[in-house]
Amino acid sequence: MMTVDSVVSDDRTLIDVDGLEVHFPIKRGIVVDRTVGYVYAVDGVSVRVHRGETYGLVGESGCGKSTLGKALLRLEQPTAGSIVFDGTDLAELKGEPLRRMRRRMQMVFQDSLSSLDPRQSVESLLVEGLRAHGLDHGREATATRLQELLSAVGLPASALRKYPHEFSGGQRQRIGIARALAVDPDLVVADEPVSALDVSVQAQVLNLLTDLQDEFGLTYLVIAHDLAVVRHIADRIGVMYLGGLVEETGADSLYAEPLHPYTRALLSAVPVPEPEVEDRREQILLSGDLPSPAEPPTGCRFHTRCPWRQPQRCDSERPELREVAPGHRVACHYAEDIRDGLIGP
Amino acid sequence: MALLEVRDLSVSFARKGEPTVTAVDGISFDVQPGRTVGLVGESGCGKSVTSLAIMGLLPRRGTEVSGSVLFEGTDLLGLSQRDIEQRRGRDLGMVFQDPLSSLNPVVPIGLQVAEVIERHRGVPRRAAMSQARELLDRVGIPDPDRRLKEYSHQLSGGMRQRALIAMALACRPRLLIADEPTTALDVTIQAQILDLLTTLVADTGTALIMITHDLGVVAGMCDEVNVLYAGRVVERAERHELFAAPRHPYTAGLMASVPRLDSSGEQRLSPISGSVADNIPWEQGCAFCPRCSNALQLCGQATPEVEHTGDGRLLRCHNPVGEATPISVEGP
Ligand SMILES: Nc1ncnc2c1ncn2[C@@H]1O[C@H](COP(=O)(O)OP(=O)(O)OP(=O)(O)O)[C@@H](O)[C@H]1O
Ligand SMILES: Nc1ncnc2c1ncn2[C@@H]1O[C@H](COP(=O)(O)OP(=O)(O)OP(=O)(O)O)[C@@H](O)[C@H]1O
Ligand code: SF4
Ligand SMILES: [Mg+2]
Ligand SMILES: [Mg+2]
Repeated sequence: MMTVDSVVSDDRTLIDVDGLEVHFPIKRGIVVDRTVGYVYAVDGVSVRVHRGETYGLVGESGCGKSTLGKALLRLEQPTAGSIVFDGTDLAELKGEPLRRMRRRMQMVFQDSLSSLDPRQSVESLLVEGLRAHGLDHGREATATRLQELLSAVGLPASALRKYPHEFSGGQRQRIGIARALAVDPDLVVADEPVSALDVSVQAQVLNLLTDLQDEFGLTYLVIAHDLAVVRHIADRIGVMYLGGLVEETGADSLYAEPLHPYTRALLSAVPVPEPEVEDRREQILLSGDLPSPAEPPTGCRFHTRCPWRQPQRCDSERPELREVAPGHRVACHYAEDIRDGLIGP
Repeated sequence: MALLEVRDLSVSFARKGEPTVTAVDGISFDVQPGRTVGLVGESGCGKSVTSLAIMGLLPRRGTEVSGSVLFEGTDLLGLSQRDIEQRRGRDLGMVFQDPLSSLNPVVPIGLQVAEVIERHRGVPRRAAMSQARELLDRVGIPDPDRRLKEYSHQLSGGMRQRALIAMALACRPRLLIADEPTTALDVTIQAQILDLLTTLVADTGTALIMITHDLGVVAGMCDEVNVLYAGRVVERAERHELFAAPRHPYTAGLMASVPRLDSSGEQRLSPISGSVADNIPWEQGCAFCPRCSNALQLCGQATPEVEHTGDGRLLRCHNPVGEATPISVEGP
């Protein structure tokens, strides 16, 4: 487990995101599209991911996890902010250098069936990636490479000639992972990599991801809404709410001492497969629904649902993500008072 | 007497040019009034088909249903289309995973709830509307006066599920079947909905069949748990006993597969190998045998029969996990 200071960028940092915003215009109009507002999908996120670690991103549906992941790979155009990958500002790259940089960052999606072309055999899916990045060094070398990839993800050699629909969900997820690994990336962004799978198969894929990380020294950004999955696989975790990061710390620390009211509520809502724990579990039930990311609340975005809300600053002043303990960042005006029990829900 | 007695329920689907699929293969269980019974298992094990069969909601063409579903002694499978429809309004309620597809998009929510009350309890429209308002309020829909007039697409996922629960409750059912009611929802919303269901069961004495693949939900809510595999119940026990000592290798395997929020990631998961695609037919042996870490040679050759262990548990396995308890072989 890494205990790292996430605040200062140094040579451990693989990807350094600063003040990232991705706003989607909402268009109306018949003849001419007018922009009538914005969806603030990602709204000021600063985060650093270190070499060789697994960074877990959690939060509820629509909070901007996927958009953030895509923006990191330049699959979504940021509205503002910077993304520095291994010392290079991605915004400054175009054409060939951008393409070369892209090889180093790959993505694995939730629904591998819709992200894999149904008309392509597994062989052609894998070779395509190699070709696109000029890694196709002749038939023999490629054949060897394909065998390596399949065995790394635990698929038989016979898989090469088959098509995506001939596989089960778990096997397709392995194909998606093999495709990402084919080009030998540094960073793999895995967006809900196991959420469509049965628990037994989910566990197989989680173990596989761990093994591959050890074997190839990969850095992971794992996006998931399942907190138990994220705690299991991640070294550090960032919690998002309505486009912003509200808390970030080590996986065990997040569970042991969640400081943001939203994190507390989120963790308290997760059922644990043990009746004795369930019989005692105290829940912090949040009232109401998630506000729309097109009309985020003023001040702290969580203030409309926060059981600890205070009358002074919460609805007017947006709390900064600040370090309250080494490596533990929280965006709540009252994090310390809540921790020390000075104010109650 | 149990409120519901499911006996030897089997469902198979026959389609032209395709092999017959046996989705449910001889399932038996009881539901007592006021109790919550869980059906848990992986995708395709027959959970939804079981609930649809109980509710009489399976397509009639190409579907073969056998066994019996006794509701206070009446076999629901023997009822005419009209009679089962009446039962659905009066005694049986159902909540599905996807509330959007079970709500009518062109009728305001309030009217949908009121119509159920009108139709099944013969209450006049005005009184039904005011009861609908009360119901929406009771299931925790804020500002029910306004929501009455809204359409399903105007509601969030959590609100829709509440509206659907209000509709299911409108007829004051004695049995409610909830099929993955929170699978599509965020965890904080899931907590609200599960809390609502638990409260309703406690307050009204409604029996609940809770269908889920989430072991955490089962651990917290169900009095008794049925673990399904390939269309059969492979283990059944009271929840504390089931989780304290799973006896079927599949149950034990499921529990070892799930990461837990309250344990650190250091420990590697021990998944069940393979997937349901590896199953063998029950007629041949134990369907789980190709994936089972406890499998004996016998397992691929003889179908394990249902056994009732000394601690009141039901088990279908040649070589259960843990120490053997005295086993007596009987019917369900
Ligand atoms: N291309 C787009 N155009 C407009 N709005 C978008 C677009 N992509 C995403 N959004 C909106 O941005 C917000 C964040 O979406 P995003 O997919 O990043 O959420 P998420 O956290 O990944 O949610 P989920 O857990 O459901 O996958 C949502 O309100 C979504 O509707
Ligand atoms: N109308 C149908 N026609 C043919 N086969 C069907 C039909 N409905 C269900 N099945 C099959 O019956 C089996 C059991 O399906 P069922 O929907 O009960 O699974 P489940 O346990 O509810 O799974 P999930 O967790 O994915 O909801 C599956 O193999 C499914 O493909
Ligand atoms: S800043 Fe205020 S509203 Fe936001 S989480 Fe903290 S206490 Fe709650
Ligand atoms: Mg997403
Ligand atoms: Mg189902």
